[in-house]
Amino acid sequence: MALKKVKGNFERMFDKNLTDLVRGIRNNKDNEAKYISTCIEEIKQELRQDNISVKCNAVAKLTYIQMLGYDISWAGFNIIEVMSSSRFTCKRIGYLAASQCFHPDSELLMLTTNMIRKDLNSQNQYDAGVALSGLSCFISPDLSRDLANDIMTLMSSTKPYLRMKAVLMMYKVFLRYPEALRPAFPKLKEKLEDPDPGVQSAAVNVICELARKNPKNYLPLAPIFFKLMTTSTNNWMLIKIIKLFGALTPLEPRLGKKLIEPLTNLIHSTSAMSLLYECINTVIAVLISISSGMPNHSASIQLCVQKLRILIEDSDQNLKYLGLLAMSKILKTHPKSVQAHKDLILACLDDKDESIRLRALDLLYGMVSKKNLMEIVKRLLGHMERAEGSAYRDELLYKVIEICGQSSYLYVTNFEWYLTVLVELIQLEAGSRHGRLIAEQLLDVAIRVPVVRQFAVNEMTNLLDTFTVSAQSNSMYEVLYAAAWIVGEFAGELEDAEKTLNILLRPRQLPGHIQGVYVQNVIKLFARLATSCLELQDLPGIVRLCDHVLDKLQHFNGSSDIEVQERASSACMLIEMLRSQLTATATETATLTDESSMAMETTESGIPTLAIEIVQEMTLLFAGELIPVAPKAQRKVPLPDGLDLDEWINAPPPEDNPSSSSSEHDKEELFVSAAQAAAGTEAGHDAGHAGAGKRRKSLELTPEQMERQRLARLIEQSNNPHYLKSTNASASASGGGASNADQYDNIDDIPITELPLDMDGVAALRVGVTKRSDKYLQDQQAAAALQGGGDGKDGKKKHKKSKKSKKAKNKVAYNSSSESEGEPKPLHIVNTTLDMPEGVSLSDSEDKDGKYDPNDPHRALDIELDITDFEAPAASSRSTSKKSKEGKENLKVPAEAAANSTAKKEKKKDKDKSREHKRERKTPTQPVVVDLIDADTPTPSPRHAPAAANANDNASNNSFSTSTTVLPDATSAEHHKQHKKKRNKEKSKESAAAASASGGIIDVEDESSTLVASKTHKKKHKKEKSRRMEKQEESESTTATASASLSAADYEQPLGISTPSKEIF
Amino acid sequence: MIKAILVFNNHGKPRLSKFYQYFDENLQQQIIKETFQLVSKRDDNVCNFLEGGSLIGGSDYKLIYRHYATLYFVFCVDSSESELGILDLIQVFVETLDKCFENVCELDLIFHADAVHHILSELVMGGMVLQTNMNDIMARIEEQNKIVKQEAGISAAPARAVSAVKSMNIPQQIKDIKLPDLPQAIKDLKF
Repeated sequence: MALKKVKGNFERMFDKNLTDLVRGIRNNKDNEAKYISTCIEEIKQELRQDNISVKCNAVAKLTYIQMLGYDISWAGFNIIEVMSSSRFTCKRIGYLAASQCFHPDSELLMLTTNMIRKDLNSQNQYDAGVALSGLSCFISPDLSRDLANDIMTLMSSTKPYLRMKAVLMMYKVFLRYPEALRPAFPKLKEKLEDPDPGVQSAAVNVICELARKNPKNYLPLAPIFFKLMTTSTNNWMLIKIIKLFGALTPLEPRLGKKLIEPLTNLIHSTSAMSLLYECINTVIAVLISISSGMPNHSASIQLCVQKLRILIEDSDQNLKYLGLLAMSKILKTHPKSVQAHKDLILACLDDKDESIRLRALDLLYGMVSKKNLMEIVKRLLGHMERAEGSAYRDELLYKVIEICGQSSYLYVTNFEWYLTVLVELIQLEAGSRHGRLIAEQLLDVAIRVPVVRQFAVNEMTNLLDTFTVSAQSNSMYEVLYAAAWIVGEFAGELEDAEKTLNILLRPRQLPGHIQGVYVQNVIKLFARLATSCLELQDLPGIVRLCDHVLDKLQHFNGSSDIEVQERASSACMLIEMLRSQLTATATETATLTDESSMAMETTESGIPTLAIEIVQEMTLLFAGELIPVAPKAQRKVPLPDGLDLDEWINAPPPEDNPSSSSSEHDKEELFVSAAQAAAGTEAGHDAGHAGAGKRRKSLELTPEQMERQRLARLIEQSNNPHYLKSTNASASASGGGASNADQYDNIDDIPITELPLDMDGVAALRVGVTKRSDKYLQDQQAAAALQGGGDGKDGKKKHKKSKKSKKAKNKVAYNSSSESEGEPKPLHIVNTTLDMPEGVSLSDSEDKDGKYDPNDPHRALDIELDITDFEAPAASSRSTSKKSKEGKENLKVPAEAAANSTAKKEKKKDKDKSREHKRERKTPTQPVVVDLIDADTPTPSPRHAPAAANANDNASNNSFSTSTTVLPDATSAEHHKQHKKKRNKEKSKESAAAASASGGIIDVEDESSTLVASKTHKKKHKKEKSRRMEKQEESESTTATASASLSAADYEQPLGISTPSKEIF
Repeated sequence: MIKAILVFNNHGKPRLSKFYQYFDENLQQQIIKETFQLVSKRDDNVCNFLEGGSLIGGSDYKLIYRHYATLYFVFCVDSSESELGILDLIQVFVETLDKCFENVCELDLIFHADAVHHILSELVMGGMVLQTNMNDIMARIEEQNKIVKQEAGISAAPARAVSAVKSMNIPQQIKDIKLPDLPQAIKDLKF
């Protein structure tokens, strides 16, 4: 036995120890992974031996290997063996290894309970100390439960070292085993007055951590802490206590009042910046909590701001950073005090330190005014061009939008400028995640600021044309969504709608939801162009337009996205229908021209009334103004008296067919609402917001339509007992073509397979007349020039020129001849033509009204302006008063004044949160709500502020009380996560090994240290301390390896702690 | 609370990693890499605070670091810690290392990673600051070193005796050992 032991010791001598391992790894940097894997094999051998010293050495090596990213949990049992050694040296190594690789889910931990208990009760305080340190890293709920009592006993140990560690340990126990808190708390409280300052500090530390999560329970301790604060000189502890008070004051205003004085004294007296800073922070917290009813709190604010100014002006970047951080807290409640230091904060925007610039950006929010907004934004844009990190660029982008958009664009005076800023942001950014945000801004501005629309559509056309979707621009493509919607929705404002249409029809690789919007807005543009052709009596123009769009929509028809496909195919159907009407008569007129040379004169009769009707119906679909609606406006709708949603609206059907029993009149009502709803949902898709805009459908125009649809519906319903309302509604949504769709449904013989065949025919027959398309284009351009002549504001003529040349190329694609391809179509659409006639004759009367349809948005716009004014007083009034184009200034000035006064009142309220909520952007929501906008408008009135503030307080109280229950859940969730991770370890280990094998970084240091190592071997008699001398000698003697030894000297470089800033300790 | 303490050199090689919340080894390496990338691109004359990376942290967490010669000392802490306080703690840590290793340099940390861990465990325990007074810390470390020395004295005696006859019976392992390592092993035994 003794011999064995001797032998073991002997063998140990030749084992690799930790130093050898480190050296070996450094010598084998080329194949580190391979070397380490052989070392691990050796370690496995060593762990199999009985000798505890050998094992201990092996575990020490494993700990090092673990740091390099290797999983060593397989050695868990051996680690426990080493932990259980009676020798302190081994125990310490064992606990260190355990703290590095064990975690609360390790199953091995249940083996350790008794061993750890033995160590905790050891006579040697360092045995217990090491055990506590290790345990603090891997304690599990089971261990907490089993060892809580032992640790509590240690809290009253005679040795301060153990008391201190035990107190800290209790916090970890509480986290894992909350039941321990109640019995242990009296003892913990006792430790606040422990004679040893270390123990005291530890107790304060633990209670601070506890109070952070649940401050209410620790309010009763305030007097003790107050006493500690006024008596203690330990800065570290003072900081903790003052931080704790910062968490407590919101719960008890009286405490805050009492704190102000001693804190002010500390601010004046202390020389330690860290303490000063925390005092200021807590004073701010106090002032926030007792914003009113404090007589001289302005003096305290002034003191804080002054001291912070000193911090910000300090040359130490750390103090500058913290000063700005604290300043932003003051900004929330006392913006005026901060605004006085605008110069300082603006100066920080140019700081070389990114962190400081970011903090200054946070403060900018409160610094902008109408006067300096443009200048500040210009500055930020300049920063963005220069900035390198994408995170910083993103932040800048976000801030630009935030400061411009705050309080409903309160400070934006020129919205055309703002749009160019947004476009610039899009162009600047190549890796932004804020694409959606910009898209929302574009939509919001276009919807809420009517006068800027003309400018917006042209900007958006350019954007659609020039924006290239690259893989890098993460979410920036979202802006296309907004751009496409804007050009479609406000097509009436477009200079050259056809150009825009072509841009939209251009095949591009885009995400499905954006392509969907493209298709939808292609129809809008098509409707607009078709109407203008109608006005010009340009029959071939319409036909060509139809063919062109049909042709281009094939690309979308083949999309893999179901939404795009559906929209594209229904769009195709609609246009085909129109086209068939046109071609049917085109042949007629052709024969007519043979008979009389005056055919061109009679184009009015040349365009069939049915086609006119279809076009009118299509424009009608998109007519009407979208009005911004508060997100929560729906909730404000009062429940009408006598409305009981649980009640049957109609008597329950006696038969099994649910809805066919009701009277015809009822049906009509039902359908009207369904059609409306369908139109609403479409608009919702377009707007991309949760809510949908309202289409103001002029219902008086469609009763005939309704009648026909209702008949069709009746037929279908009687045929189909499993009738689903929604499908039909969406079909009917296509307005003029709805009846056709219904017909298809009825006949039930839609030749789906023939449809693509037909399209192929269209594509194949693209041979014909070039001249006509040219003429059409010229007409269009002339019309567009006439329409958009007054624009000329954007200096982007170059773009337009280039686009025109592009279009010339595109023209070839227009060349589908109308006559020849018209033939296959009537086959499908015959039914519709048969069905139509009554509608045709009836809709004749609509004709004249219909001609004004394209202008309808404008008229609606003028009317709605006032409503938008009420909705967003600041936004629209600014823009119009500045531009004074609409000549409506008289109307708006009072509104503006009202808006200003409201804003001022609210600022005084100091309830920033409630204010922000109130002034939230009003985005379009449910269509039904529009009529109730007026009911919603009083929301920004200050009357509501106090109530909301109370609600806020309540909410915060609730969150405090719920946090207790959340805590255990969170930990268990964490356990679960860790468990999962453990399972994945095998995989991750492999990948880590692979990664290190291929290791990218060139490690100069390893070469140099090889030198160091060999040198030390030569001079083995020398102590470690003389290493540096050797290296210097070496560097002098060997000039060849000068560079290597230089870097060796680098590692020898003392860490340079010549400037001890021990202000705290 | 301190979530993690990382020490790495100018090339991002880890010299000490201590996580007070469990991450598996792979993730630990990624965190070190990410933190290094965040910290290393900062000039020396900018502030010592930055928002934590995506892997470690979240909005409540900050990285507080100091750069000494070839080494970065990075503490990842939540909002309950005082930023300037942690900076001072890093200073205390480094000064303690300096005292223990007498003119500490990166090589000391490379070859005595375990010792560095033991020193750190006297400053921070389970993510909470244990002791900030350097004299107290030094006293604790010295007392523990004394115990280790004593134990080595007892157990090393037979080893030393064996070393006298080691030339008679050389075990298999000697083949594996590189010659330069031998003197070092003997030197170590003389403690």
